[in-house]
Amino acid sequence: MYPSRFRYEAPSTIEEAIALLREGDGEAKVLAGGQSLVPLMKLRFASPELIVDINNLKGLDHLEEAADGSLRIGALCRHATLERSALLPAKQPTMAAAAPLIADPIVRVRGTLVGSLCHADPQGDWASVVTALGGHVVARGSGGSRTINVNELVTGPFTNVLDYDEIAVEAVIPAAKGTRAGGYLKLERRVGDFATAGAAVAVELDGSGRVARAGIGLTGVGGSTIEAREAADALVGQALDADRIGRAADLAAEAAQPQTDHRGSADYKRHVVHTFVTRILTRVVDGQERAA
Amino acid sequence: MTSLFDEITAAAPDDKVPVRRVTISVNGQKRTADIEPRLLLAHLLRQGLKLTGTHTGCDTTNCGACTVLVDGQPVKSCTMLAVQADGHEVTTVEGLGTASELDPVQEGFTKEHGLQCGFCTPGMMLASKALLAENPSPTEDDVRFALSGNLCRCTGYQNIVKAVLWAAAKQRGEQPS
Repeated sequence: MYPSRFRYEAPSTIEEAIALLREGDGEAKVLAGGQSLVPLMKLRFASPELIVDINNLKGLDHLEEAADGSLRIGALCRHATLERSALLPAKQPTMAAAAPLIADPIVRVRGTLVGSLCHADPQGDWASVVTALGGHVVARGSGGSRTINVNELVTGPFTNVLDYDEIAVEAVIPAAKGTRAGGYLKLERRVGDFATAGAAVAVELDGSGRVARAGIGLTGVGGSTIEAREAADALVGQALDADRIGRAADLAAEAAQPQTDHRGSADYKRHVVHTFVTRILTRVVDGQERAA
Repeated sequence: MTSLFDEITAAAPDDKVPVRRVTISVNGQKRTADIEPRLLLAHLLRQGLKLTGTHTGCDTTNCGACTVLVDGQPVKSCTMLAVQADGHEVTTVEGLGTASELDPVQEGFTKEHGLQCGFCTPGMMLASKALLAENPSPTEDDVRFALSGNLCRCTGYQNIVKAVLWAAAKQRGEQPS
């Protein structure tokens, strides 16, 4: 299989890249890691007329903590960089748990977190994680720069709110209000398969062990990533005990909108969501999923 | 009969899709080709450069049979445009060793019977090569994790894992057991 014909440009500045997208007039696609786009093009689900390869752009491969305590992940930061980073286990337990579960080790060498967010696959792991963490992306286009909350980035399966001449240049995870804790669990039939179900849980604990902020994102159990807002809200201001954890898990399972398919029945997937949320929060209580 | 490569490198019917000249270092040799941007790295290697050791299996980024090293990192070459390799270094199974001087990974696969049909083997060996470059003393779990993007339908993986551990010991200068 090979893609249909396209024009290929690999600009060296972001301004050139944006100008090319503008020229593409909605028929252009940005190529970063290509681990979703290239297969889609080979299958002819996507046939862009122009590919704007951003791999030659400088200054987009960063993974760094900014002065304000936020974590900034550039559009060319690969999954493998996240997986190997010492920053994540220390500061970002939910992200650290997810990084080795993205696709497979070889795909992680090229694929990017920002690309995964923009690709808007309901099965995308990072979307759940960044949703749980309340993150946003920074998009640059002809009209300048803007910030898009990740839960407003995606409008449906494989569609996002980016304008045709905009490039998501980085994802940002805001600074924690307390000690970050949480995790990501995914059930997959084999490595690299789409998730049967996945759950990202991120909480921030204050000095007394109460939850200052919470977020829960669900993978593969709906037409898009699901933000289980009510489940997360049930945790805020509370100490994590078995009742509270059970309540959050119930609400998360209710928020899931799974379909019965060859990976399992809808009921089964809801059950998995319940189990995952319970398990992650129980580990938080046990101190196993907490940032140092 | 025209091969896929001929078909895809034939001049475009109009001027909209120019052929691009790329120079890629393949197994230490600079190779230059005029290619259409949609040509995949796997096809450039196999049809263009006749390096058929790189296999294409699933063609959908699952099986890892087409794994090559790009700048030392394992990449599924069916999922990378050949134009993206311009200016980079590609290593295929043909670049691992010679018939008289095998790479320790190749030697491990022979000694431990790490293959049956052999289809997945080039990809397995390149993924293993990348693992050993990063971690000279992997555990069995490390090997299984590193090879989890490469599928084998024959061996049940047991002997592949043994082969990589054998190669690791050999590379460390130990007597492989």
